[in-house]
Amino acid sequence: MSARRPYLRPMDGWWRKNPFFVEYMVHEGTALFVALYALILLVSVTLLANGEAAWNRWLAFLISPLCIVIHVVLLMAFLYHTWTWFNIMPRTLPPILVKGERVSAATITRTGLAVTAVASLIVFAIAWRIAS
Amino acid sequence: MNTSTRVITMEILRYRPEQDKEPFYQQYQVPFTDDMSVLQGLQYIKDELDGSLSFRWYCSLAICGSCGMMIGGVPNLCCQTFLRNFYPNVLRVEALAHFPIERDLVIVMDDFMAKLESIKPYIIPDKPRALSEGEYLQTPAQLDLYEQFSSCINCLLCYAACPQYGLNSKFIGPGAMALVHRYNLDSRDSGKDQRMPLVHSEEGVFNCTAVGYCSEVCPKKVDPANAVNINKTESAKDYFLRFVAPKGGAQ
Repeated sequence: MSARRPYLRPMDGWWRKNPFFVEYMVHEGTALFVALYALILLVSVTLLANGEAAWNRWLAFLISPLCIVIHVVLLMAFLYHTWTWFNIMPRTLPPILVKGERVSAATITRTGLAVTAVASLIVFAIAWRIAS
Repeated sequence: MNTSTRVITMEILRYRPEQDKEPFYQQYQVPFTDDMSVLQGLQYIKDELDGSLSFRWYCSLAICGSCGMMIGGVPNLCCQTFLRNFYPNVLRVEALAHFPIERDLVIVMDDFMAKLESIKPYIIPDKPRALSEGEYLQTPAQLDLYEQFSSCINCLLCYAACPQYGLNSKFIGPGAMALVHRYNLDSRDSGKDQRMPLVHSEEGVFNCTAVGYCSEVCPKKVDPANAVNINKTESAKDYFLRFVAPKGGAQ
């Protein structure tokens, strides 16, 4: 009879054992905040389609202190999600060649963040202009 | 460099299947100098303190890939990790995570060996090539496409870094996927169609949730996470393009 008795260790609490995994769980967790904001947008569009009165009631709710606090929290989660998302992005792409040279991971991350910042500013400027 | 001898406490996860119900930690006091690796610490224990300790090692040069273990909770090769970096703390050394322990620091690697075989990790030429036709020619640009992925030494640190493999060992895993990618990208190879069904399968790339730790711990900078994630795109393209351009044998 074989004396072999391989022992498989349990995975309980695996993500708490390494700071890298904790960070991973936090950045995956922030995706829930992104989903929550998508729901807020969806509700907004639906209420906009329901006419002016419904829309105005929704607007009044949106500027309530509770809602503003929620949005600040969402913004923080978004910023963290964006940051970690672009950090992992170079690992998901095939090599990008510019003039025969591979674009570095850091450049891909920085470009992604810069494009996001510019796009956000443009959206913000448009929204600001419509609002005023 | 500090040339004096200091003493570090090494806490080793022991498991002797014939007498232990489950693994336990055992501490050893190991004198060391600044130039001593964790492997040398283990060798000191085996030679001077406890001959029953089992661990795998061979080249001591971070080339053979035999001596992967959890060192201070992190997957690493013990030959390229220095005791001085952990002193004065207790240094915990355990068998590579996510694999069954055969004995002490020795893991059962049958699962990986079967996976390695299943991905056909060799060049499959389009048609047999006679010696008289000479060698294959490859440009530096063609070599550059796959060279990084060919550096894999099968040390399994990436599997120990992959929680998805730990949670579901059916996942083909980062190391094998890096090798799939390595051969698929090789201009001399035509075996991609034979390898891709596994990539698309239940055991394939979509088990990966882009944790990315596999690439962090890789001692050869293979970046297996990159290989896995590029193949997610390949797999998705294969799935959707079959509706546009059906090919024979599409499932």
